[in-house]
Amino acid sequence: MYPSRFRYEAPHSAAEAIRLLAAGGDNAKVLAGGQSLVPLMKLRFAAPELVVDINNLPGLSYHRADPDGTLRIGALCRHADLERSELLARTQPTMAAAAPLIADPIVRNRGTLVGSLCHADPQGDWASVVLSLGGSVVAQGPAGRRSIPMTDFVTGPFQNLLAPDEIAVEAVIPAAQGERRGGYLKLERRVGDFATVGVAVSLETSGEVVRRAGIALTGVGGSTIAATEAAAALTGHSLTTESISAAAEAAAEAARPRTDHRGSAEYKRHMVATFVERILTRCTAEPAERAA
Amino acid sequence: MSQAVDEIKIGGLGASRKRVEDSRFIRGKGNYTDDIVLPGMLHMEILRSPLAHARIKSIDASKAWDIPGVHLVLTGEMMASRNLAWMPTLSYDTQAVLATDKVRFQGQEVACVIADDPYIAKDACEAIVVDYEPLPVIVNPAQAVADGAPVIRDDKETQPDNVIYDWEVGDRDGTDRAFASADLVSKLELHYPRSHPSPIECCGSIADFNRATSKLTVYMTTQAPHIIRAAVAMVAELPEHMIRIISPDIGGGFGNKVPVYPGYVCSILASILLERPVKWIEDKSGNLISTGFARDVYLKGEMALRRDGKILAVRMHTDADHGAFFSDAQPSKFKIGLMHSAFAAYDVPVAHLTARGTYSNKAPGGVAYRCSFRVTEAMFFQERMVQAAAADLGMDQAEFRRMNFVPDDAFPHRTPFGFLTDSGQYAKCLEVGLKAIDYENFRAQQAEARSRGRLLGLGISTMTEPLGAGNSREYDILGIKMFDSAELKVHMTGKAIVRTGARGQGQGHETTWAQIVAHELGIPADDIVVEEGDTDTAPFGMGTYASRSTPVAGAAVAMVARKIRAKARQLAAHLLEVSEEDIEWALGRFYVRSAPDRGVTIQECAVAAYANMPDGMEPGLDATAYYDPPNLTWPFAVYIVTVEVDPDTGVWDVLNMVAVDDCGVRINPMIVEGQIMGGLTEAYAMSNMQFITFDADGNCVGSNYMDYLLPTAWETPGFELHSEVVTPCPHHPIGAKGIGECAAVGGPAAFVNAVMDAISGTGVRNVDMPLLPDRVWEAITYRRDVSGAPPVRSDD
Ligand SMILES: Cc1cc2nc3c(=O)[nH]c(=O)nc-3n(C[C@H](O)[C@H](O)[C@H](O)COP(=O)(O)OP(=O)(O)OC[C@H]3O[C@@H](n4cnc5c(N)ncnc54)[C@H](O)[C@@H]3O)c2cc1C
Repeated sequence: MYPSRFRYEAPHSAAEAIRLLAAGGDNAKVLAGGQSLVPLMKLRFAAPELVVDINNLPGLSYHRADPDGTLRIGALCRHADLERSELLARTQPTMAAAAPLIADPIVRNRGTLVGSLCHADPQGDWASVVLSLGGSVVAQGPAGRRSIPMTDFVTGPFQNLLAPDEIAVEAVIPAAQGERRGGYLKLERRVGDFATVGVAVSLETSGEVVRRAGIALTGVGGSTIAATEAAAALTGHSLTTESISAAAEAAAEAARPRTDHRGSAEYKRHMVATFVERILTRCTAEPAERAA
Repeated sequence: MSQAVDEIKIGGLGASRKRVEDSRFIRGKGNYTDDIVLPGMLHMEILRSPLAHARIKSIDASKAWDIPGVHLVLTGEMMASRNLAWMPTLSYDTQAVLATDKVRFQGQEVACVIADDPYIAKDACEAIVVDYEPLPVIVNPAQAVADGAPVIRDDKETQPDNVIYDWEVGDRDGTDRAFASADLVSKLELHYPRSHPSPIECCGSIADFNRATSKLTVYMTTQAPHIIRAAVAMVAELPEHMIRIISPDIGGGFGNKVPVYPGYVCSILASILLERPVKWIEDKSGNLISTGFARDVYLKGEMALRRDGKILAVRMHTDADHGAFFSDAQPSKFKIGLMHSAFAAYDVPVAHLTARGTYSNKAPGGVAYRCSFRVTEAMFFQERMVQAAAADLGMDQAEFRRMNFVPDDAFPHRTPFGFLTDSGQYAKCLEVGLKAIDYENFRAQQAEARSRGRLLGLGISTMTEPLGAGNSREYDILGIKMFDSAELKVHMTGKAIVRTGARGQGQGHETTWAQIVAHELGIPADDIVVEEGDTDTAPFGMGTYASRSTPVAGAAVAMVARKIRAKARQLAAHLLEVSEEDIEWALGRFYVRSAPDRGVTIQECAVAAYANMPDGMEPGLDATAYYDPPNLTWPFAVYIVTVEVDPDTGVWDVLNMVAVDDCGVRINPMIVEGQIMGGLTEAYAMSNMQFITFDADGNCVGSNYMDYLLPTAWETPGFELHSEVVTPCPHHPIGAKGIGECAAVGGPAAFVNAVMDAISGTGVRNVDMPLLPDRVWEAITYRRDVSGAPPVRSDD
């Protein structure tokens, strides 16, 4: 790999990292897992003058639930940590379904969920998952911390709302109102491939009634898409064949796919509907069956 | 004492001996081109064209020259002043080394920078300013021959259009007559998409010209070092004895490392100019977008049939897209390679094939990716056509093949296109395969599943591949005939070294050549070292590709061992004080016929060759053999796959796959199985995901491993291998036929036939590879064929 010349810093505190970033301005880049930044530097699509490696920052590898059920994922928590997490397997069906579908085992050992959100690749899987769960990102800068809802965080393909001197320190998933159901389905051409189509569905139910629904789509638009009308079709009702197909149709309607070497726009739209339907149908099953 | 040595124990023929080369490979101790560091070595990077077709208005390299650490910037103009801007191709065309007038494909070599390190060289490439004037782009044969198409090769005065050749073979009139008398004519049209052999190690070279000795040493990733030496002598006008080509360990070739690439030529020139070693190591994208691709052929054809299922005749036409230069790396005199080996396993009375080749604004250099040239396309078309014909007749797939196979007692068999096949048990292989897949039972299961809306399918494919790229009458490269060679030196202690003119790239030559010698001489395989790839030490040979190593170089190894045995017999007679006629051979030992207890081992003969030879005998125990095979070898195989297709998504999964390979005698059964598994994996890849395509502007889609998909262990299905059918090759010294490519050649049609069988209820005749889910879904949903190279389509 022969990137352009760059300066490399690996500070040991967030404050120091922020100071370096502030000095570097637009020409500085945070390095977390490096699984998106390094390939781009290798191809010289990215040529930062300064790389600030945050892997030495203490206490960011966690993912944990607060007593009220709020889930917090630190900036150095790897995909692999989430894939193997018992906490997620018990409490977060959408995230537990998505984690093993990201990239391949080697990439999962290094890549981070927060880095994936920051990278804002329209084909990145975590952004859809976090969007469907109504999550947010906590940013830390010279002036302290602020919370940015996922709905605002991504501003376009490969663009986010962070200022050049801000680090995303954690992602937050709010506590559920009731029982969580949901899933993530992804059409990939091969293990390690980005999604041709990915669909995240997250429900919070009490009894049979859906209290809150989130549906988000990967790879079928210039950014991750929140299929809000599809989610609205479910909220306040129980899951029926009718509500499921209404949501599937609305989600397909929300998709903005393009025809390319991964498939026709029509096919991708069809796959959105198929996946929404499959996940929701599975959500109607008894918990034991769903887990199977 | 009268006992022969145990052949399996000494690692002879039939021993599944562990690969000796692996002990260094799995320890990371291989020695690849990029591992080699020479004192004072400089580094070369190539600037490539971002556009597929454009006139070069100017190249300004002044900023690159200014960068500290830059030693040389080569452009087309500088190459032209040395008569090196163009080089001859292996198919008697010319290819640009560095572009002068136009760029003709995306990724074409435009300039080279030689610098202290690769970072500086890359920076300097970025500092070169090239002013391009874009030209209209051609990405397929239809566009190439359309009215008003821009002429890509306007550098050639004799080239008024984009057609490279129109060629035919077979009996046109006879075929016409047979079609006129047919009860039924079955037709098929398809595209075999462009793919890339994509070895994990990319191409590269280190050229080291020494002014003091006038000797040029080139370490390089080549499957054919002696051919390169001849080509360098011709292109660079250097005397051949002053050129040494060393091909160190090679990280996969698959045909990609047969051609001569501009990077090699530039590194050599740079070393001559700078009098320092110059290393060029291609990156992955450079390899995928500019070096030898494979396939990219549109095939159409028809089969004349009698009502009872007998094939009467076949007609084929192929349109091959060769890219910007006709630089196919193939040794036959046939323009479309061995495409006309199609239908060799079937008793087809008469056939005719026409072939047209065209230029396009795509990378040049068609190579035989894990096959004899074009045989993969031929077998794919054959087996897809056979499936279509059986379906049109309403006949069972297996039964139609069985009744049309060349029967076991009909060999030697002259194929309708003129090849001579020598042996085979085709029907028996099919029976083994059908039994293994439980054919009747599966058909019942399939019918039952279909009644519940589930789509199961079964696909059969057979293949017979002409291997060896040899016999000097019909095959040559640049006029050099396609024989091969082996040299064997037995040392005084009975240990030995074998060198051949082949060059392994993972096939296991270091293991198997020793086994052939062990079989012939009884010297334990562990006592024999194998060396290849250095033109100063190896005997002249044509390299490794087209599964030719065992058929040709492997035969030479057997022959040279027999020469040694003949001399050892004289030594034995001398030691035993009897005449040669009284001597018998049991593996590893000569003995006196009338007194079997009196004998000498081959090792004792070796000592005598140096220490106790008879008066008048030349000392030493070594020999060289050149082997010109009397014919190609023809292995045969049957591959059967079962699949389930999800009608809602178009995704398909392999349920079972069975492979029955008859490759004649197996030297090392374990290596043979490894070759079959690798080939089946590539076959699965072709059918499912692996292709290189281009958008309408000629941009390569598939320029890195995120888009050019190689299957991983995760999605590759399991394979059940069968070795019970063995038909030795009648003319090969040890009866071997070659195996490296069979599965990659014959496998793809099995997968595609299985998916087509699963969706046969839709009436769809063909979905072109790769069978990506969206294409299968489109076929099922709209009940229509899905054709062509995906995707020259886009929304805008
Ligand atoms: C072969 C391969 C396959 C892949 N397949 C998939 C896939 O299927 N699905 C998928 O979703 N992803 C995939 N990825 C991407 C992978 O998930 C990355 O890990 C992820 O996109 C980025 O996380 P990272 O920690 O590696 O970020 P990095 O590469 O370190 O950084 C990415 C970007 O985010 C910024 N950044 C990172 N962390 C922070 C932070 N804490 N604060 C501020 N900015 C930050 C960086 O400056 C950079 O611009 C794949 C990657 C590879 C190499």
